[in-house]
Amino acid sequence: MDALISLISIFVLMLLGYSVGSFVEKVHYASVKKRENQFLDLPAITFRKLPQDKEVIDAQLVMGSVVISLDYFKRFLAGLRHIVGGRIKSYETLLDRARREAILRMKEEARKLGADVILNVRFETAGIKKVKRKQKVGCFEVLAYGTAIKFAK
Amino acid sequence: MIVTNIEYVPGKQIVAHYGIVQGSTVRARHAGADFAAGLKNIVGGELKGYTKLLEGARKEALERMVKQAEQLGANAVINVRFATSTITQGAAELMAYGTAVRVE
Repeated sequence: MDALISLISIFVLMLLGYSVGSFVEKVHYASVKKRENQFLDLPAITFRKLPQDKEVIDAQLVMGSVVISLDYFKRFLAGLRHIVGGRIKSYETLLDRARREAILRMKEEARKLGADVILNVRFETAGIKKVKRKQKVGCFEVLAYGTAIKFAK
Repeated sequence: MIVTNIEYVPGKQIVAHYGIVQGSTVRARHAGADFAAGLKNIVGGELKGYTKLLEGARKEALERMVKQAEQLGANAVINVRFATSTITQGAAELMAYGTAVRVE
């Protein structure tokens, strides 16, 4: 009986995770795409030097970070993937979303400073794990940082 | 104080180097944020409590770095990098380091 209850609870958790998780992902992707279009005039580039000579009046460090986690169902799928190997698509989309969100937050900070371009953008990724009941929490921190440059008008 | 992560300050000349400056902070998660994160783990998505915590910690590390640079008499910190390391379960060290310089 106990085994049955735990089996049912796992099933319910997976169903909940799958339905809510994929809904949240869809909504998040839509909002990321919309905001990316708004920030088209503020490019974030990985160059260290400015591509063209312009007079610079301000340079300041900006950053954005996100801590994001995987839903229960996808974590279960990823566990299955370990048996056969190969791409784990659910983790790929998770990290993709997190990085784009981090860049957007960095750009929001740069916009507040009135910047025109962000130079030398770097990423930093750290896994945050806790070992509790031998259960690993798939959660990551993604940080994006760069130098916001303001041109003289 | 100018803080950048490139090797120069655009539009300015470096006149003196003061060497490396760093700032770090060690933070532990609090139980409330941990509980919320545990719930959030079922449905996935952003863990806002953790994001806030780490953001605050990183700002503090930067402030400490800037303070050290000010003590040396610098007016800019260039080539800033971040590093994160987990020390024990549930505690993380956040570090910022860079080169203190004087620009004109």
